Amino acid sequence: MSTTQRISLTVNGVAHEKDVEPRMLLADFLRETLGLTGTHVGCEHGVCGACTVLLDGDSVRSCLTFAVQLDGAAIETVESLGTVEDLSPLQRAYREHGALQCGFCTPGMLITTIDMLKKYPLASDAEIREGLSGNLCRCTGYEHIVDAVRAVAKARTGTDP
Amino acid sequence: MSEVRPKIIGARVQRVEDPRFLAGVGRFTDDLKRAGMLHVAFRRSDEAHARIVEIDASMAETMPGVVAVVTAKDLAAMVTPMRAESRMKNYHATTNLPLAAEKVRYVGEAVVAVVAQSRYLAEDAAEQVAIEFEPLGELSDPEAAAAADAPLLHEEAGTNVIALREFERGVVDEAFASAALTVGGRFRFRRKSPCAIENRSYLAEYDQGKRSLTLHATTQVPGIIRDAVAEALDMPGHRVRVIAPDVGGGFGGKSSLYGEDLVVCALARRLGRPVKWTSDRLEDLVTTTQGFDEIVEAELALDAEGRFLALRSDIVGDIGAYSIYPWTCTVEPVQVVSFLPGPYRLPHYRGRVRAVATAKTPLGPYRGVGRPISTFVMERLVDMAARRLEIDPAELRVRNLVVEEEFPYKTGSGLVWDRSGFQECLAAAREKIGYAALRAEQEKARADGRWFGIGIASYAELTGIGSRIAAAPGMALNTGTETSTVRIDSTGSVTATFGIASHGQGMETSLAQVIAEELGVRVEDVEIVHGDSDGQAHGTGTYASRSAVLAGGAATLSARIVREAVVEIASHLLEAAPADIDVAGGEISVVGTDRRLTFKELARAFYSEVGRLPHELRDTVALEATKTYDPFFGTTSSATHIVALEIDPETYGVTLRRYVVAEDCGRIINPLIVDGQVHGGVAQGIGAALFEEVVHDEAGQVLTASFVDYLVPAAPEIPAMELVHVETARPNNVGGFRGMGEGGTIGAPAAIANAVTDALAPLGIEIDELPITPERLFRLIERARQNR
Repeated sequence: MSTTQRISLTVNGVAHEKDVEPRMLLADFLRETLGLTGTHVGCEHGVCGACTVLLDGDSVRSCLTFAVQLDGAAIETVESLGTVEDLSPLQRAYREHGALQCGFCTPGMLITTIDMLKKYPLASDAEIREGLSGNLCRCTGYEHIVDAVRAVAKARTGTDP
Repeated sequence: MSEVRPKIIGARVQRVEDPRFLAGVGRFTDDLKRAGMLHVAFRRSDEAHARIVEIDASMAETMPGVVAVVTAKDLAAMVTPMRAESRMKNYHATTNLPLAAEKVRYVGEAVVAVVAQSRYLAEDAAEQVAIEFEPLGELSDPEAAAAADAPLLHEEAGTNVIALREFERGVVDEAFASAALTVGGRFRFRRKSPCAIENRSYLAEYDQGKRSLTLHATTQVPGIIRDAVAEALDMPGHRVRVIAPDVGGGFGGKSSLYGEDLVVCALARRLGRPVKWTSDRLEDLVTTTQGFDEIVEAELALDAEGRFLALRSDIVGDIGAYSIYPWTCTVEPVQVVSFLPGPYRLPHYRGRVRAVATAKTPLGPYRGVGRPISTFVMERLVDMAARRLEIDPAELRVRNLVVEEEFPYKTGSGLVWDRSGFQECLAAAREKIGYAALRAEQEKARADGRWFGIGIASYAELTGIGSRIAAAPGMALNTGTETSTVRIDSTGSVTATFGIASHGQGMETSLAQVIAEELGVRVEDVEIVHGDSDGQAHGTGTYASRSAVLAGGAATLSARIVREAVVEIASHLLEAAPADIDVAGGEISVVGTDRRLTFKELARAFYSEVGRLPHELRDTVALEATKTYDPFFGTTSSATHIVALEIDPETYGVTLRRYVVAEDCGRIINPLIVDGQVHGGVAQGIGAALFEEVVHDEAGQVLTASFVDYLVPAAPEIPAMELVHVETARPNNVGGFRGMGEGGTIGAPAAIANAVTDALAPLGIEIDELPITPERLFRLIERARQNR
């Protein structure tokens, strides 16, 4: 019924060449085709942010992106960060501050945080909360996430936001 | 020595479950793949109340990749439908079919299951199923549905009033007749969706050789689901295993049996292949059990000094289409009537509650269950009385909250409050927020014409309830016990197995802390096994703020027995009296000497180096113990929330300026986890107060089936919170823990409703409906201005 199209892209630095249906979502491509199940799907309509990944360095919703759009692209997912044995400083900050509970929204939160840290001064809690506003967490009430992001932003700039 | 050793219980230990989630290698149900796995998509009803005239699946059956198309007729031979039975009088169980037969009762009810080789193909085919409906009468308004002439949702019940409960304690009408003041109103709390960020998902596998079934499920209650699947599919329990792997939040929405559980199990057995279904968000917002949908008429009588005399209430709970399994439809509305008197001295109380079936998604437990509503109503009544009496609302609470000497206190609904810091929490919250200064700030803001309000809510809840009290009246399920097995294996590793199912609460950490302290090992030495029905013979899971109390108690008891065994074995190996043996940090030593053993050496000696110990020892000592704990009554947790907020006169948006919670949850196992539970609970309470509402139109159509329309609060909507942990006398349950998973959600709606009312006091507006959306506020304010 459906025709497929060949795409070449890198995911977490690994090159892939795959035939995909034009309708296949990036989220499903990552999870089903590549088996990278760290990227989670929470709403499939671009609101909850659980599926957030980096596309050529910018955060995008993988549930609103088609894999077929990504020929030549570089994708980074939560699996590109630290490992269980060797967490990255951001992951360690999340853990130290209790910034996760069920862990389902966490991959999207981490990726969004990476994007925020790169692009914004994050000089106040209000700015941090605004930066996180595209990611829903139902467990933490956000406070510990804000604490973790503030700590990393502060370490980055050496100033107290 | 042990006296100076740092305590593990009470320490801010980093969670052991975090690294796997942070690295993206947690294992949630939808992450699981199996060879030959098939996918299910459901064709659901787009009518609220209608007869199914005809189902035409001929097109779907021919679609690419389709393996089977199944209706209620096909399923009838495979599954016995479940009914949530109860001994409660005036209750009618409903027949809960996994797929609707003959008629549908809510928008979103599953009618046809399509099985295909991929989810994409299954969804393609499900779209091609044609169902002809003949609309039956509208059943959207619960009060209209309760009327004698309303069309019936469940004909066999003979009424839409699926449950009715009424009681009276004391002499209510006499007390009202003698009252100096009465306040009352009609209050409306609108329906919510739990909205765990992980949607529901089920994967069933049938082993044809062993004739056994394994279900991986997004559930809080694997033991309950195991029992239900065994019964519905007529299989012995030891051939059914239900595993809740990592579960992405539940909040009550994953604590009931769903038709989809049974469909994937039946299809996996029938087709001999693994079968998975994963919900999308639209399905979640119309099928996962919803919460908090009541109309409450209530009246409070006071004497001239502001002492509460009596309370009367009449409650209609909109329970949606079915009485859910196993909790029954009474779980939510009956809690509203039971908890309405709150933490107050209130000797005379009459309550009535009717649980009314409507053509909506079934109502179930949602974080706080009933108590967010009872607290909203009672705390509004308290503030209404304070205003009439011109007494500060905090002071009126001080006069009426149960005081230390009165515990245990039996409430007007028969609940018994154990010693808990009712007064202490109020005092601590006032001190933390600087209550007097805040009132002065409000004066000034008001003088400037700003809508600035302060709201207080005090409440009490029963947590960690034991076998004496049913989670819902008359239900056949025992939720009052949990079991723990602590075992040291032949490598010296410690494993503890439970019937609970942590899904965000961090129980792998909290329980490891309890066992580490009791057994004398390090937290990282303990592996916690949970969320697997094979773990214990009986265990009902994680819900109702029970796991720290029940599983923590069981862990304590079983760990103590194993510690005694360790000491006895070590006393032989180290040739010392048991009293001289110390166990700490994973090491066993003789006090005051350098003689020591690791757990590994002890285990090797006990299990393998058989000559090193008297052989009789193995008849009397085991490095394994199983203990069940039943707190019998349970524990009383309490809190006071105080919020300061301001309403924007242009947008009618509410901004929360300060938020203080002072709570008494007994002995804290891990402050990092407790703080997080309070934060998360409050955030859901804020959502319930200001944003979240499941909206149906008159025909029962759902108008809030996406996150664009159903507003879950994001970080900017939630304020920083200031928490005070008050620890009064410890409860006398094993461990001294109280439950605290739900409290935040209980206090927030009431505190915010009182604060908005306070902010609008110059206009004389009383908030009696939640959520307080900008639109509702606008209408209230416009009406108040026109009436001036």
